[in-house]
Amino acid sequence: MAIIEIHNITKVYNTDQVPVHALNGVDLNINEGEFTAIVGPSGSGKTTLLNIIGGLDKPTSGKVFINQTDMFALSGRKLIDFRLHHIGFVFQAYNLIPVLTAKENVAFILQMQGQPSRQCEEHALQLLEAVGLEDKVDKRPAELSGGQQQRVAVARALASKPDFVLADEPTANLDSASTNNLLDMMGSLNEREKITFIFSTHDQRVVERAKRVINLVDGKVESDEYR
Amino acid sequence: MLYLKLAWRNIWRNKRRTFITMGSIVMAVVLASVMAAMQQGQYTQMIDNTVGSFSGHIQVQAPGYQDEPTLENSLEVDTSLLHQLSENQDILAIVPRIESFALAAGLQKTKAGMVIGIDVEAEQDLSKPNEKIIEGSYFTSNTDPGTLVAEGLADYLELSVGDTLVLLSQGYQGLSAAGLFPVTGILKFGIPQMNNSILYLPLETAQQFYGVSGRLTSIALLTENPKKTDQVVSKIEKNLNPNLAVLGWQTLMPELVQAIQADWGSGLIVLMVLYMVVGFGILGTVLMMTAERRFEFGVMMAIGTSRARMAVMIVLEMLFIISLGTLLGFMISIPIIYYFNLNPIYFTGEMATVIEEYGMEPFIRFSTDPMVLYIQAEIVFVIALLVSLYPLLYMKRMEPVKAMRR
Ligand SMILES: Nc1ncnc2c1ncn2[C@@H]1O[C@H](COP(=O)(O)OP(=O)(O)OP(=O)(O)O)[C@@H](O)[C@H]1O
Ligand SMILES: [Mg+2]
Repeated sequence: MAIIEIHNITKVYNTDQVPVHALNGVDLNINEGEFTAIVGPSGSGKTTLLNIIGGLDKPTSGKVFINQTDMFALSGRKLIDFRLHHIGFVFQAYNLIPVLTAKENVAFILQMQGQPSRQCEEHALQLLEAVGLEDKVDKRPAELSGGQQQRVAVARALASKPDFVLADEPTANLDSASTNNLLDMMGSLNEREKITFIFSTHDQRVVERAKRVINLVDGKVESDEYR
Repeated sequence: MLYLKLAWRNIWRNKRRTFITMGSIVMAVVLASVMAAMQQGQYTQMIDNTVGSFSGHIQVQAPGYQDEPTLENSLEVDTSLLHQLSENQDILAIVPRIESFALAAGLQKTKAGMVIGIDVEAEQDLSKPNEKIIEGSYFTSNTDPGTLVAEGLADYLELSVGDTLVLLSQGYQGLSAAGLFPVTGILKFGIPQMNNSILYLPLETAQQFYGVSGRLTSIALLTENPKKTDQVVSKIEKNLNPNLAVLGWQTLMPELVQAIQADWGSGLIVLMVLYMVVGFGILGTVLMMTAERRFEFGVMMAIGTSRARMAVMIVLEMLFIISLGTLLGFMISIPIIYYFNLNPIYFTGEMATVIEEYGMEPFIRFSTDPMVLYIQAEIVFVIALLVSLYPLLYMKRMEPVKAMRR
């Protein structure tokens, strides 16, 4: 079943000089449990597409349904709340709140969802264990390596029990060992917990781990293949 | 709790900036509250020195007397009235008077003088003529035939103790008044205007002179706390004959009120300028802080933190800095104010002489009125509200995608 339905999305950035057509009619369905890579040359529209799927940016035309909810029909406040409850985010870097420890960063989402703080803490510890960071729970982001920070970010993204996790170039700032590590972890979460991951990447080694690869060129889907 | 924790940790991310911002608040609060305490202390002295030692904090008069101070507007002494006043716990002293003008003459010269008929006992609580005598002696009773003359007037009229003073005036209901009074004493007043015009007569002697036996122009009252005059006035009014006017010192001496207000007003301007500088400093801190953390705010909003929550977090950070600064400022200024309340600053030399000539004590005793601190708290609170507007607007406009673009 498709949890994300993307209907004929276009995105035009009105810059000072010429309008930039970042997306030119993208149609896609993403199903539950997929492990999807979005690839394509720089400027092809990967970030733009992920931002729109994540409700961070509005398309110029077209619609996005998340589990039948027309996301851009939601008002500003409801949209922020929708993100909190339905979508997990992992960004390229500096994902975490610097003054909070790993555990507190994960619990942050849970607290905003209104869970009692004891439960938040327990749940956060479980999640950090799931990403292999049980010995770093009380460290602040500055005391963690880039790879460890990204794993905390994944744990936080999972905390809200989202419908899917979006990750825009999550490994771009990591060395190959950390990259492998992160992908192993994401892969196994996908296998075991059926967590849906959609990530963009430039890295061929990362692409190879994906089960579905969507190739964007000039804001259009050039190819879309399952492996 | 979560926001408090976040805000508290965030303000210590840039310790230096936080300390500088807090420091400027501490400095402003200390300067401003010490200045205000000094001013308020001066006002208390001004009030004590004029109201508390001449006009009284409150006066009971006939209704028209304040606007037209003539004997025609005098009031009849009524023993039940005096009794009622003496029952009132807030009143420390009751000082009846009959006041008017007269032409005073010595052997050669004449001059207009201000005649004050006084109750010999009661007046010792208010203008204290007995303590101002530099020559001769005080009255022995309210029917004593003599007069006490202020030094400047006596010098002008070339009178000394034992000489006879001639008074000519218009009495009650158009009667002409004339009399001879032996000078029993010479008084020294600090304020030149008073020193050149005042004449005291014992109450009954004065009443007889003016033909107003049984009448008074005013009954002056002293109260415990001059700041609470209004309350005492309305308390007295409640029980009193409605045909009488009860006036607080603010009404009796509008010039004094104006002088205090003018001085306080100029102090407030200094205060405003001081706090404006501090306010801009705080605003600068908010601006830098939000600019530096733009990306972080973008991430927080992207993952689902509402605008309101983000704004609350930043406002809390500002409140922490501002209220800590204010508290610290109070902690420093309170001991300073108390110190100068217990150990007034004394003037010496010429300055002291000039001040003494105006009938004031040559020192400044700081006021410990908590109002001095409330004002600072109020101003700081307003500043906090104003600088909180910025994060609110900032968060209202923020879009995560834009904030996270590098
Ligand atoms: N805010 C913006 N204003 C104007 N143009 C933009 C904006 N954001 C993106 N673009 C343009 O839209 C196009 C798509 O950009 P996008 O960031 O989605 O590409 P990308 O595939 O993520 O590239 P990269 O691999 O370099 O991250 C590019 O031409 C880019 O210059
Ligand atoms: Mg990109």
